[in-house]
Amino acid sequence: MSITPDIVAAHGFTPEEYDRVLAAMGREPNLLELGIFSVMWSEHCSYKSSRLHLAKLPPKAPWVIQGPGENAGVIDIGDGDAAIFKMESHNHPSYIEPYQGAATGVGGILRDVFTMGARPVANMNALRFGEIDAPKMRHLVKGVVAGIGGYGNCVGVPTVGGETIFHKSYNGNIIVNAMTVGLARADKIFYSAAAGVGNPVVYVGSKTGRDGIHGATMASAEFDENSEEKRPTVQVGDPFTEKLLIEACLELMASDAIVAIQDMGAAGLTSSSVEMASKGGVGIRLDLDKVPCREAGMTPYEMMLSESQERMLMVLKPGREAFAEAIFRKWQLDFAVIGEVVHGGDLTMTFHGHEVGRIPLEPLADAAPKYDRPHVPTPKREPLADVPASASIAADLKTLMASVDLCSRRWIWEQYDHMVGADTLQRPGGDAAVVRVHGTRKALAIATDCTPRYCYADPHEGGRQAVAETWRNIIAVGGKPLAITNCLNFASPQNPVIMGQLVGCIEGMAEACRALDYPVVSGNVSLYNESKATGGGNAILPTPAIGGVGLLADYAKQMDLAFKAAGEAIWLIGGDGTHLGQSLWLRECHGREEGPPPPVNLVAERAHGEAVAGLIAAGTVTAVHDLSDGGLVVALAEMALASGLGAVVDGRLDAATAFGEDQGRYLVTAPAGVDIPGATRIGTVGGDALVLNGETVALAELKRLHEDALPAMIRG
Amino acid sequence: MRCAVIVFPGSNCDRDLADAIAKVTGRAPAMIWHRETELPANLDFIGVPGGFSYGDYLRSGAMAARSPVMQAVVKAAGEGRAVLGICNGFQVLTEAGLLPGALMRNAGLNFVCRDVRLSVANSQSIFTSLYATGEEIRIPVAHHDGNYTADAATLDRLEGEGRVAFRYAEAVNGSARDIAGILNDEGNVLGMMPHPERLIEAEQGGTDGRRMFEAAMMALA
Repeated sequence: MSITPDIVAAHGFTPEEYDRVLAAMGREPNLLELGIFSVMWSEHCSYKSSRLHLAKLPPKAPWVIQGPGENAGVIDIGDGDAAIFKMESHNHPSYIEPYQGAATGVGGILRDVFTMGARPVANMNALRFGEIDAPKMRHLVKGVVAGIGGYGNCVGVPTVGGETIFHKSYNGNIIVNAMTVGLARADKIFYSAAAGVGNPVVYVGSKTGRDGIHGATMASAEFDENSEEKRPTVQVGDPFTEKLLIEACLELMASDAIVAIQDMGAAGLTSSSVEMASKGGVGIRLDLDKVPCREAGMTPYEMMLSESQERMLMVLKPGREAFAEAIFRKWQLDFAVIGEVVHGGDLTMTFHGHEVGRIPLEPLADAAPKYDRPHVPTPKREPLADVPASASIAADLKTLMASVDLCSRRWIWEQYDHMVGADTLQRPGGDAAVVRVHGTRKALAIATDCTPRYCYADPHEGGRQAVAETWRNIIAVGGKPLAITNCLNFASPQNPVIMGQLVGCIEGMAEACRALDYPVVSGNVSLYNESKATGGGNAILPTPAIGGVGLLADYAKQMDLAFKAAGEAIWLIGGDGTHLGQSLWLRECHGREEGPPPPVNLVAERAHGEAVAGLIAAGTVTAVHDLSDGGLVVALAEMALASGLGAVVDGRLDAATAFGEDQGRYLVTAPAGVDIPGATRIGTVGGDALVLNGETVALAELKRLHEDALPAMIRG
Repeated sequence: MRCAVIVFPGSNCDRDLADAIAKVTGRAPAMIWHRETELPANLDFIGVPGGFSYGDYLRSGAMAARSPVMQAVVKAAGEGRAVLGICNGFQVLTEAGLLPGALMRNAGLNFVCRDVRLSVANSQSIFTSLYATGEEIRIPVAHHDGNYTADAATLDRLEGEGRVAFRYAEAVNGSARDIAGILNDEGNVLGMMPHPERLIEAEQGGTDGRRMFEAAMMALA
């Protein structure tokens, strides 16, 4: 079968890219080879539009063991322990088939982490949905939440937190980002570089089926009116098999039998074998007759491009096959030697005794497209011209606490087992989740954040803010922020405006990471998040989701946001609110999404955070909460609802002091008589209501509004 | 106290249960793989942990109940050994016939994970003697199929014989007569949906689960 222009186009290549394929191959590829180039050069696998700019993110710090480029990032958390983590998107599959799309997103990110030798200990997520009344949106919300829960609960990894935002820009393209954090010994990290000519290449896990073929290519194109036709490209997850695979891999990893290991994620057997061989500078020969298949008659093309889930590829030390096989058989998993490491730089595939494909790996990598796409910066917004007043701070607070982005997420996280493992020290609902390092006094603090409306108004500032907010959240629970992972969700990079958003957000993130000594150790990019199905090029808000990880050296010193005792003083660190541009108050109480986002002063951010960390370490403060969406009064309400204790605010609040979203700020409480230098005392804990400008908001009413809103939205 | 924890493919609270036992008794339990046909000699206590044994495919607990090790567990229960089934372990014990009734899909249809208030209905058993009858305790649940059901005669008998160990003190999953945990007629087998092993130490958010293991140790050691 010869390659026609139609076949080239169907594989997502531009004519120029196909010319590069011809140059790399030195001849016309056959269909199998073309398919392999197609997935390896897809946006999803090659980062061809983003690579140039991702290099701006700082990957290094003394505590970084492994930065970007492996399956996940690895940091040193002392005493020979390492934390391994990454975040990844599953946006397109989740819009087409929400339960399976979200479930396999969780499964994929879990594999990225345990591939490196870690036992996964926590899952997080970042979700973006459209307006609840948009077509099929309730189905999507319910399906995604059920899918995340269905997979994580069964595998037995607690889903300890996350964040969810609703906005009309996601009506035709939701965002589902999943993050996994695992723990390993720092001297037992496993990498993916194949080595040792003659060593066996081993396939373990589930059988290969015809599902998910060209999933990576689908994830690299925008949706059109016919996106439902892509349902067959969505994979189906089996968390039970994943659980067995985790236990079997960890059991084998306790030995010295493994040379290299790589999960089969996007682009399946293709990307795993190509990456292992390329990183190791060796060739791999695959005998496709040996691949365990779910059904008869599968072609080499289907086997190489299938994205069937719960599969891994390993290179074993010679002679250790029987030892390894016994472990996988015990866990009732497939185990097959399907090839070997070979001299030279080719990936070769044989089938029925014939060579059916041969790809030179260096040209495949070197000739991969890398684009400097045109990008235009987003114009700076003018300051708000006319700032409305708040007629009643109390009434506006009630509106905000029941609003779509501030109401309680309990309906979501109660569907996730957030306690399995019995190491969850702070459950969902606080600033960051806190998970004990099993058997030690240490704990990890984990937070995910991103404020897309800020990123849209000013990508650079929004990128800084997303990083800073995770940093602040980790500080607030008593953690030392160490590193981030990220998932950059944007619309089409071929639009210079969108490309400008991507570049702006990355540059802003990089500045914040540098200023806060908070490197990027892993990440993922998801582009083409837009949908013609909702009426023509409807781009999502730029959504660079950040997942931050920090360390508590002694969890006895952890902090949370709940008020502790009546009579304690409430202090504001970081100054009064002034900034209402892009605030939720302006949107929810006045229907305006206007103005610039609040700027992040990274020097002040760091100083305020270090001051709070010092207060926590000294045992001076009894509760800490950072100020973010909704500003001061919303933060107060959250502290009150977490405790059942009210508060009286002393001074007169106006809209800006009550609801301004100025950055780098915290509320803390301390016993009466304790002075907090540099902070402003704003009120006193006590009673069963919030008293604001003399108006009273009963906590019981606030709680009802806050808790009932999301279930009512879902019921419709 | 000599303890064992059964491990099925898909068990995921086995390590948590083993940790709870080790923390309370000072001795790690034996972990027993599902293909074993015999249990260690002289066991005092057998834990059947939570999780998704065999993926909960077919029906929660159904396949695990037919695994080789469960025949040994049924035999041990018959000899009077203490058996505690938590969550999926409770489902396994009902499927294995050690406890009556069944656990259906939650009435609200969603998976539910949260702390719930339980009322102690029987404080006379080897598992519950450190609680007071009528005492309200707080233990987390995490399940999709926790809606306990049995025919009216069985429910009447369980209540009449004092075999309801715990009731939900709030709406959780639609269970008949708010039943959260039941005992067998000899009182040596307890099945319950809530997870006492998750609240052993204060930093986990409470210690109401700890007394169950302490009570068992007092009775059996």
